[in-house]
Amino acid sequence: MRHPARPAHEGETEVTIFQPPADPAARAGYDEHPRRMGFFTDTSICIGCKACEVACKEWNGVPEDGLNFLGQSYDNTGELGADTWRHVAFIEQRVAAQGGGDIRWLMSSDVCKHCTSAACLEVCPTGSLIRTEFGTVVVQQDICNGCGYCVPACPFGVIDKREDDGRVWKCTLCYDRLTDGLQPACATACPTKSIQFGPLEELREHAGERVEELHAAGVDGARLYGHDDSDGVGGMGAFFLLLDDPEVYRLPPDPVSTTRDLPAMWRSAAKAAAVLAAAGVAAFLR
Amino acid sequence: MKSGEQSMVPKADVRTYYDRPVLKEPVWKWYIPAYFFTGGLAGASSVLGLGAQLTRRRSLRRASRVAALAGISASAVLLVVDLGRPSRFHHMLRVLKVTSPMSVGSWLLAAYGPAAGAAAVPEVIGLFPRLGAAAGVVAGILGPAVTTYTAVLVSDTAIPAWHEAHAQLPFVFAGGAAASAGGLAVICTPVGEAGPARRLALMGAALELGATQLMEERMGEAGEPYREGEAGRLTKLAKLLVGSGAAVVAIGGRRRAGAAVGGSLLVTGALVERLAVFHAGVQSARDPAAVVAPQRRRLLARRPAAV
Repeated sequence: MRHPARPAHEGETEVTIFQPPADPAARAGYDEHPRRMGFFTDTSICIGCKACEVACKEWNGVPEDGLNFLGQSYDNTGELGADTWRHVAFIEQRVAAQGGGDIRWLMSSDVCKHCTSAACLEVCPTGSLIRTEFGTVVVQQDICNGCGYCVPACPFGVIDKREDDGRVWKCTLCYDRLTDGLQPACATACPTKSIQFGPLEELREHAGERVEELHAAGVDGARLYGHDDSDGVGGMGAFFLLLDDPEVYRLPPDPVSTTRDLPAMWRSAAKAAAVLAAAGVAAFLR
Repeated sequence: MKSGEQSMVPKADVRTYYDRPVLKEPVWKWYIPAYFFTGGLAGASSVLGLGAQLTRRRSLRRASRVAALAGISASAVLLVVDLGRPSRFHHMLRVLKVTSPMSVGSWLLAAYGPAAGAAAVPEVIGLFPRLGAAAGVVAGILGPAVTTYTAVLVSDTAIPAWHEAHAQLPFVFAGGAAASAGGLAVICTPVGEAGPARRLALMGAALELGATQLMEERMGEAGEPYREGEAGRLTKLAKLLVGSGAAVVAIGGRRRAGAAVGGSLLVTGALVERLAVFHAGVQSARDPAAVVAPQRRRLLARRPAAV
């Protein structure tokens, strides 16, 4: 039996399907389910070792996607995609830093956000993209027919099509490992605990404390990204502690799940269809 | 775009990660905008066919029903060949998801396609006229939805040039569909019976041009791709084709040559318009500043104190 994620209050219009659920796994139909699991990536302690990228590729059998020299600091993988499910960004900044040096090096391991309101999942026409019992978002590869709709729907530019394979691929938050009680490969490999895995609630609590700690230590730029349920994607299952604006790391500053506006879109389409029908009638009136 | 708003975060001041796009560009090939054209042509042809059926215009009815079947058959091929796994096309009908315009559209096409076929086949083989009439009604009623749902399909993405167009794009597509269906019927029907086709073509052209204009005005910065590069050139070309096609049909549509030239211009214009919309989306997705700047402005508007 399915139950609504949020009870509809008296007088409140129930259009919940286009709004982020409080409990995504319950919305997906899991009556009983484990706590929502996620990632907290604390970029302030990332050392740019790329162990996460390697561990992810090894465990998930992700194909090699070019041994390129991009000339963009130590980043030679570029961005997340069908064959890059963890991506370490390297940003070199010239700033007036404490301790004399004037170069600041930001490093951050990016990953699929496993959004509460996941546009990729919502637009998927085949039901290939699903919400797991852990509240994560996963592509069922035996279902995907490679329609590609999820690709431009993702506000983070994460999911992509593997051209020689025809289907879309992205981070599964190591669904196979989770069901066996293991941690995701990237979190297991991370030597500095920059990538932390656990129940989302606990991660958020800990992340709040970490930001306060950093502010107290004089790191004013520290801020959380994706920790807030009230954002445009209903909060992210994988959220971050950043030291600069999100766009510096190739993260959209105010992402929105496009399906939020679907009622308005369908209304416009219905009106336009009515106009076409009316034009059809008018064409036959002399 | 209001000037006060723009001064908050000019696009040139947007910070990016090595100028890399924030969004992934669509993986759809030219098949998809071509389908927007053939699907629209089919849907509006069914409207014309139903009108002809009810007003007993036999040549117009026949031309419209055959055009609808041809259009929707081409659509089915285009949609399947674009899939990464064409053999799994039937997975489109595994589920019905109201949050997915592509799912809703697949079911719509599953109902409309057979109806368009059942309306056209009796015309060709000269049998089962009552089946043709019943199917013609179903196809004529579903036709308008087939022409406009595709606008929801592209608008329901993170791409600014598509998403921010969601109020006007269905009207652009409905107009283009009417102009192309009317245009094709003007070519394929004796001029004496093509009066309704000419009128639908002209109304469609006016709607297509008007809605495109309005869309560009209302979208502000997000509409830039419609004025620049490949998409800008295609948008201009589409306007030229549709405008001149409408003029030729209006002036010379009652003569064979005028009908053929004007109709062809309108049909081509509708195709180019869909290609323009598609390219605008690709350009928009490639431009990180187009994605970041409006979001940064939204943030500033919500929390004026933060920088």
